Amino acid sequence: MNTNEQTFFRYYRRHLLGTEGLTPEEITILLDRSEAHVQQNRQANKKKSVLYGRTIINLFFEDSTRTRTSFELAGKRLGGDVINMSVSTSSVKKGETLIDTAMTLNAMHPDVLVVRHPQSGAVSLLSEKVNCAVINGGDGAHEHPTQALLDALTIRRRLGHLSGLVIAICGDVLHSRVARSNIHLLNTMGARVRLIAPVTLIPSGIEHLGVEVFHDMDEGLKGVDIVMMLRLQRERMQGNFFPSIREYFNFFGLDEAKLANAKDNALIMHPGPMNRGVEIDSDLADDFGRSVIREQVEMGVAVRMACLEILTENLDQSEASNL
Amino acid sequence: MATTNNSNLHTLYINARLIDPATGRDEMGGILCDGKVISDIGPHLNDGKPRANSQIINCKGHCLVPGLVDMRAHLGEPGEEHKETLETAGRSAVAGGVTTIVCLPNTEPAIDDMSVVEFVARRARKLGLSKVYPYGAVSKKLEGKEIAELGMLSEAGAVAFTDGFKTISDIQLMLRALSYAKTFDLLIVQHPEECGLSKNGVMNSGETATRLGLGGIPRYAEIIMVERDIRLVEMSGGKLHFAHLSTSDAIDCVRKAKARGLAVTCDTAPPYFALNELAVGDYRTFAKLSPPLRKEEDRQAVIEGLKDGTIDVIASDHTPQDEESKRLPFSEAAAGGVGLETLLPITLELYHNGHMSLIEALNLITYRPAQLLGLKAGKLEIGRRADITILDPERGWKVEDKTLKSKSKNSPFDGRPVQGCAIQTIVDGRLVFQAEG
Repeated sequence: MNTNEQTFFRYYRRHLLGTEGLTPEEITILLDRSEAHVQQNRQANKKKSVLYGRTIINLFFEDSTRTRTSFELAGKRLGGDVINMSVSTSSVKKGETLIDTAMTLNAMHPDVLVVRHPQSGAVSLLSEKVNCAVINGGDGAHEHPTQALLDALTIRRRLGHLSGLVIAICGDVLHSRVARSNIHLLNTMGARVRLIAPVTLIPSGIEHLGVEVFHDMDEGLKGVDIVMMLRLQRERMQGNFFPSIREYFNFFGLDEAKLANAKDNALIMHPGPMNRGVEIDSDLADDFGRSVIREQVEMGVAVRMACLEILTENLDQSEASNL
Repeated sequence: MATTNNSNLHTLYINARLIDPATGRDEMGGILCDGKVISDIGPHLNDGKPRANSQIINCKGHCLVPGLVDMRAHLGEPGEEHKETLETAGRSAVAGGVTTIVCLPNTEPAIDDMSVVEFVARRARKLGLSKVYPYGAVSKKLEGKEIAELGMLSEAGAVAFTDGFKTISDIQLMLRALSYAKTFDLLIVQHPEECGLSKNGVMNSGETATRLGLGGIPRYAEIIMVERDIRLVEMSGGKLHFAHLSTSDAIDCVRKAKARGLAVTCDTAPPYFALNELAVGDYRTFAKLSPPLRKEEDRQAVIEGLKDGTIDVIASDHTPQDEESKRLPFSEAAAGGVGLETLLPITLELYHNGHMSLIEALNLITYRPAQLLGLKAGKLEIGRRADITILDPERGWKVEDKTLKSKSKNSPFDGRPVQGCAIQTIVDGRLVFQAEG
């Protein structure tokens, strides 16, 4: 960690809405800060008090277990008060609740809102209506910045750096906010990104985001350092994008034979939850020599602690300047 | 607002730049209104001699043009009065220099019955603002299944037939409608969009949609429907008009169909030649339109289509949406933008940017739409109703929600500095709008 750099660069933004547009310095600061929390989380006493007195609301308009738990732990380990709110979009009249809920929560003076919503852009819309800091916990098929940060942290800890690496993102890119956030972050950090998927799961014009597109796993995985599998989001699919799971796994599921094209020590990643036997072979997922899937979950807590901490520091600053 | 309806009142407008696209007239002169009708016109009225008991209005060199004709606007009444009423739409129209509106049948109940045609016409007549002519529905209840009573609706006053912002998708229905309409020499108007391709989309398909994680509507949704319908015109011998074309290929299809002598016409709306998909920016729902804003190449192709005459008309595509329908995540927000007050200045951008002359630009929003629909409007002629707009093509202003007269404020041009506005709008010889300042 370069402490000199930290004095020059800061993450000044009020919110964390996406990885698109973040500078390499900002990403580095977020990752460095996360790194510090990894050790803390491995100690018996994991508790700090930097968020003492702060209120964090996890506002989830979409089901989630791991991301919500991860944010909840992160907030609690830093000494903040965390409240979980799950709003089912199907039961309430859509949209109306979004701004209304934002206004209502805003009146309770939370310090940080972590928001997940099934519609792209909903988190950014909400961030315009509140006075607190907002972290995007995933919006539609748009962005999921903390996932990309935890992926980057996992890679950096294993391989020491991000620049120059070749990373293949495989599977349901069309519906994936994880893919988009990773593409922006990895490109910014100087990595090379490949996408591998059937044509029906590649969104139009994605090559303009600075990626190479492949439709053949063997070809796309040649010489890659990282294989990042995506979950098939069947709940978001309207109509069929491929004929059957059997056919999908046959051509695009990760197994030993396809993985043999990658570098020998290539890492396997997955944002979870996995569909075993659909996009990834069950044994590979559990191969601890190469699969870093559990490590990703661990890094998730550290990254979210760093995000909460940095955004609250920015709140401190703006509060101080308002006095 | 309106002066007394005195049919003996003569009004003499002098010192005006008379522009009449129908005849090509562009000269300094005056116009004399005898009650509701134009009784004289020409340079000789500028001679300074007073006419018998006439009130004289000095136009100070501003342009005096036929009142604008907008062939596509959604007015909300009956059924959606919280978004727009015939009265607020009328005030919005006259503020934009529009004296004739042709309104879509997508009301509740739909304009698929003579009683609704008459209701709209009567309400608009009573208000005495812009004249309103309704489109009749092509299909009963706009359900896209059975043909509505086109003949009787036409007799009741429907000027052409469309399912409005719903595509006539069923190929058999479209063929029948074109054929049956031919019986009475009626025009069918189509919103060309292949729903099978557009249903999961909310903006133009491509890089921007992908970046924003939004479902895309491919350009081909428009192109395929235009290609299909041109074949149906060929098959049926009917007359078809495509509304708001937005893609280069669809315009090219119309260009070729016209060259083959088919009875095909089309219009576009100001957003499609003045904006592109980048206006969506950070999920701006005011830029969510149907069809969606396209790429820059398409925008330029629309301008080319206007210049070479492939595109016959510019219509406002006025679609009021209240705040509740727009203050939503992009995918859930309603599509459409208000346009009655921006039709004139955005059309004049074509003139200010050097794409065409002033008279050519005005033709697209006065004489051409009137001619296409057979309306007695859009022309300065002795004996015609005095529907007149006095405008300053140069005056600058900024499109802002607080100044818009429409009940809904969802303008895709919100915040845009524009040039050109109506100074006075006159309907049937009565002053119905006077600009401030």
